[in-house]
Amino acid sequence: MQTENPIRKKTFAFAIREGLQQAMENDFSVILIGEGVPDPKSIFGTTEGLQEQFGRKRVFDMPLAENGMTGICIGAAISGMRPVMVHQRIDFALLSVDQLVNNAAKWHFMFDGKANVPFVVRMIVGRGWGQGPQHSQSLQAMFAHIPGLKVVMPTTAHDAKGMMIAAIEDNGPVIFIEHRWLHYVEDHVPETNYRVPLDKAKILHTGDRVTVAAFSYMALEAHAAAKALHSFMGIDIEVLDMRSVRPLDMDAVFTSLRKTGHLIVADTATRTGSIAGEVISRVAEKGWDMLRSAPVAVANPDHPLATSHHMSDGYYPGEQTIADAVIRMLGGDKVSGDYEQLCAALRHVGPHDTPNRSFSGPF
Amino acid sequence: MLRIRLVEEALAERYADQEMRCPMHLCIGQEAIAAGVAAALRPDDVMFSNHRAHGHYLAKGGDVKAMVAEIYGRSTGCSGGRGGSMHVIDQSVGFMGATPIVGGTVPLAVGAAWAAALKGEDKVSVVFFGDGCFEEGVVHESLNFAALHKLPILFICENNSFSVYTRIEERQPRRPIHVVAQAHGWDAWHSDGNDVEAVNAIAIEAACRARAGNGPQFLEFDTYRWREHCGPNFDDELNYRSEHEITAGKAGDPLLRSRSKLLQDGAVSDGELDKLKEEITDEIDSAFEFALSSPVPTYADGAGKVYAD
Ligand SMILES: Cc1ncc(C[n+]2csc(CCOP(=O)(O)OP(=O)(O)O)c2C)c(N)n1
Repeated sequence: MQTENPIRKKTFAFAIREGLQQAMENDFSVILIGEGVPDPKSIFGTTEGLQEQFGRKRVFDMPLAENGMTGICIGAAISGMRPVMVHQRIDFALLSVDQLVNNAAKWHFMFDGKANVPFVVRMIVGRGWGQGPQHSQSLQAMFAHIPGLKVVMPTTAHDAKGMMIAAIEDNGPVIFIEHRWLHYVEDHVPETNYRVPLDKAKILHTGDRVTVAAFSYMALEAHAAAKALHSFMGIDIEVLDMRSVRPLDMDAVFTSLRKTGHLIVADTATRTGSIAGEVISRVAEKGWDMLRSAPVAVANPDHPLATSHHMSDGYYPGEQTIADAVIRMLGGDKVSGDYEQLCAALRHVGPHDTPNRSFSGPF
Repeated sequence: MLRIRLVEEALAERYADQEMRCPMHLCIGQEAIAAGVAAALRPDDVMFSNHRAHGHYLAKGGDVKAMVAEIYGRSTGCSGGRGGSMHVIDQSVGFMGATPIVGGTVPLAVGAAWAAALKGEDKVSVVFFGDGCFEEGVVHESLNFAALHKLPILFICENNSFSVYTRIEERQPRRPIHVVAQAHGWDAWHSDGNDVEAVNAIAIEAACRARAGNGPQFLEFDTYRWREHCGPNFDDELNYRSEHEITAGKAGDPLLRSRSKLLQDGAVSDGELDKLKEEITDEIDSAFEFALSSPVPTYADGAGKVYAD
């Protein structure tokens, strides 16, 4: 019997690559396209070696024509291909919104289910090193607003691979959003060809005091807050890595909320019109009786991000913001424990605008 | 040209200090286009640009102190520190703004030309973009509209044959870019973009034609980017372009060419050129000094101004 190495530590970027690779091995109709896909930087390493393996008829660079190429991919998708398109920044995908919203999302519906659009669009959310107003937006809610689009945001490397394979096998369009800072994060990534559902949240940390429903990078921040709250304050919060933005796994939220009665939603986007707001509104509608306190959204301030690193310092909420929200929710002074030590443990060392110490720009 | 080169070399050198913390696209090797075109314009003509904007900004007369401060993220920067290298502006000299979403400013420049036409002003509008940008749909929509209304606009296509690491042959069929504009009814021009006099001569004539109501002008200039697409370094080790190609590309150095031409013609002496270089270096030093001694802003400085007052 073959036993798999129990821990196979790989980065999120590697996991994306392996997911793409295995999906392409499984199905000849899968093609991969995007600006820079076969170039020396290979979309932050996520498409490395794929053109060499699958050839120039399945792995393509493309003209700077996001709108047209999206339509072309949709046309290929309704003609038997399963395209995967990549945008190095979600901001660039904005050029293709007409095709995604008017065609990809609705083709199946408006033609009475006669055709499918199996199409995965990877979009990367930028952060840090002066990404500024046009390279740092986190637009999941905008896409999630559109019926017909599935929108996922895996957090762990394990889920990135499994959700990539599942997204490619899905018969409809899937917006696959990757936070740039997650690309470096390692996790156990099995070598096997596995799927992770596109509609289920996952518990990252178990607890019964407060539910933190978190998206993408914020799930890591919430997880760190959970560990510190446990160690220094004896507070156990439940962290849900939501994983999917549309559909929202509200069952998972309600199950947790039944235990805790308190809800924080942590999002990577600006607050107004955010998916955090959507989660809270659904809880207000269907889970009012479960709430013992007003829910809280932890989200970015409602303004674009300035490029200056001095001005971006303080823009993003993080571990400490979440920990403080938990403590406030539980009654502030009524909680005991060593708050100083908690803060010391969560204190960020090093520059605020890099994902790790080895990062030195420029993109 | 020399000023653009020296400013960018200084930026490249100091980038390693990790105080300029934003993406930065240098135009070293491509300076002749910015310089040659801008010299053909009037101060009240307007200019738009893209991610690789330093040269355009400086050539139009943009304030060098404000640009350096901008890249350092200080409030004294031309965009108050909110934009960094990729979003520079100096409206006082007609530099209307540069942004890094490829193609984003192309229709804006057409809109500026349209406004000038509607108001009966005789200024022209100019936008710089790369060969990659020419693939964006919005460029073609703009070509159509500008031709339809015979607008006083100059498109300047800086063809360095790369979009990041991808060659033009991987992205476009083998036909010259400018003929596409011609097919839209534009006057089209094409020349070596590393010959500043050739660029300037074309730009003067094109600007005159546009100003005189002869409609939009498309100028394609061939050039070569010396350094990495984004960032201060060379990236020869990535091998996406051959050593031979890089050597040949650099041999077209617009500065060297114009220097030897000027010396040959006796238009300037070595001494005068050295003195010029010294003056510019002093100007640059004081720009960095200004940037670094500007007050360090905080989060709150980048928070307001979301809506017009
Ligand atoms: C809409 C959009 N797509 C992709 C990008 C990423 N990107 C930035 S610059 C660039 C290359 C542009 O090439 P070109 O227009 O030829 O200008 P050059 O960089 O060569 O000066 C790309 C692909 C972007 N900023 N915006």
